[in-house]
Amino acid sequence: MGTVEIRPAPHIRGERTVEKIMLNVVYSLLPVCLFYIYQYGISALASMTVVTGACLLTERWLVKTGTQSGTLADYSATITGILLALTLPPGFPLWMGAVAGFVAIALGKGLFGGLGFNVFNPALVGRAFVQAAFPTAIATYTPSFLPGRFFEFIPSSLAWPLMMPADATIWLKEKHLDALAGATPLAKWKFEGVLAGAEELITSLSGHMAVGPSPLLILACGAYLAFRRYLDWRVPTAILGGAGAVAWLLYFFGPGHYPNPFFMLFSGGLILGAVYMATDMATSPVTPRGMWLYGGLIGLLTVVIRYYSGLPEGVMYAILIGNAATPLIERITQPAPFGKGVFGGARKGASYPLHPGYISREEAGAVTPKKRILKNKPKADERRTPNS
Amino acid sequence: MTTVATAKNWDEFMEGIWKQNPVFVMVLGMCPTLAVTVSAINAISMGLATTFVLIASCGLVSMMRNITPKEVRIAVYIVIIATFVTAVDYAIQAISLTLYDALGAFIQLIVVNCIILGRAEAHAARNPPVAAMTNATGMGAGFTIGLLALGVVREILGNGTLFGLSLFGEGFQPWVIMVLPPGGFFVLGSWLLLFSWRARRKQALEATHHA
Repeated sequence: MGTVEIRPAPHIRGERTVEKIMLNVVYSLLPVCLFYIYQYGISALASMTVVTGACLLTERWLVKTGTQSGTLADYSATITGILLALTLPPGFPLWMGAVAGFVAIALGKGLFGGLGFNVFNPALVGRAFVQAAFPTAIATYTPSFLPGRFFEFIPSSLAWPLMMPADATIWLKEKHLDALAGATPLAKWKFEGVLAGAEELITSLSGHMAVGPSPLLILACGAYLAFRRYLDWRVPTAILGGAGAVAWLLYFFGPGHYPNPFFMLFSGGLILGAVYMATDMATSPVTPRGMWLYGGLIGLLTVVIRYYSGLPEGVMYAILIGNAATPLIERITQPAPFGKGVFGGARKGASYPLHPGYISREEAGAVTPKKRILKNKPKADERRTPNS
Repeated sequence: MTTVATAKNWDEFMEGIWKQNPVFVMVLGMCPTLAVTVSAINAISMGLATTFVLIASCGLVSMMRNITPKEVRIAVYIVIIATFVTAVDYAIQAISLTLYDALGAFIQLIVVNCIILGRAEAHAARNPPVAAMTNATGMGAGFTIGLLALGVVREILGNGTLFGLSLFGEGFQPWVIMVLPPGGFFVLGSWLLLFSWRARRKQALEATHHA
């Protein structure tokens, strides 16, 4: 007797499998990870290893106990771990990173039934949990490109489990680096009114800014994925376009009060969120129009949270809210099926054949059903009734 | 005869603690369960206050069950319960004002706790006083255990203490989320998960034994 393998949708036979897509995302993340490790040294490497390890162990445990479908070999937990580590500060205590990884997989994915069933992006669920649980630690950034970063841990990384991390400012003072504040550009703008320079933001290379990997690098890696159609270009475009447009409008009417839209786009985690988090296939709409709406919503919410709330960064909550709105967005943006109505709307009772035009993440090898439209529509009196 | 009666009473008592635990099995009285379990002390006081009201009102309802007109029985239950809640309210205020402030409106809200009204309607109104009070004691104990289970976890993680005693010494990193409302939901969810997982495993084991 053969075994029945339960797998998440789509159930289309094609060259692209879940494993293949996920593996490609992992490959595309490698340059980003390497750059992050180059920026922050051994602490970033340890953080990434521990968070990803926690994700994989949790996944293994949940799959083994039968709570969750899927296997470790589909690389989705690896992606969750890497993305989660990239959103955390490099000196985030390792035990808190492990908690974040566990919560991300267990609460974000396992409880819903595994890959493809989750409502929210698992990595962001993990991050949201640790942000609410450890608000101080998650806001503590250290400057990048410190001397000796490849041989020395940031002291807060090595905090004992359940214990408070060491204060990074004392450590920086000992290294005579206390002039370099450890705040992110967004926090600096929000709480001190200092605006970071353009090229610093774009490359993350100059100075000792406390930032993540270079937005340019992330965009390049995202472009590779979009080019190979492993992610849909509409979502990042809509998010960046939406955030940029709203930020530009506000800047246009109040240039003294708001930063320029460039700063809005290239600071914080907006690029990483737009390219890698919001495009998560299970938690974003599948309809093309829905993607634009979803992206625009996230972009708008990001700007609103950043400008008008107490938090310096709003990408995470914006994407989580977008995830929650996804089923509704899909419902109101159903593409018009065969047999459009007079006003372009869907004909009542029309069916939706599986067609790559409707599913934007089309399968490379999927077979397109041919349109079957009768050339000569039979007239009413010619139609045969079953009784005759 | 006595042993049979004792065994029956014991079953009646244990029902509330284990088989029909108000928090983990019936999922009743969630309002105080989520709101006041920030610390173990709060949880245990809330549990004891509810237990007292439960026992006293179930006893009285049971004694009056034959003279209560059916049409106004709910009003009668509420008046009885409210009487005891007022007594508890004043008692707590007299014993400890800090505790009274910590529990806040949830002491008065014991009146509308569905465990008490549910027990009065479903059990006390149909059984003699001793059985009703035994059952109420079990239910109250079950409720207290449930609250305590939440309160202990939330206090240890959220504050690093247990009944106000420091467990980890200086430098403990509090999990802020645990003393916030989401923490209540997470901890309750985890306990429910544990209980349902246990129940399923037991079922699965029994099924394999029978097969």
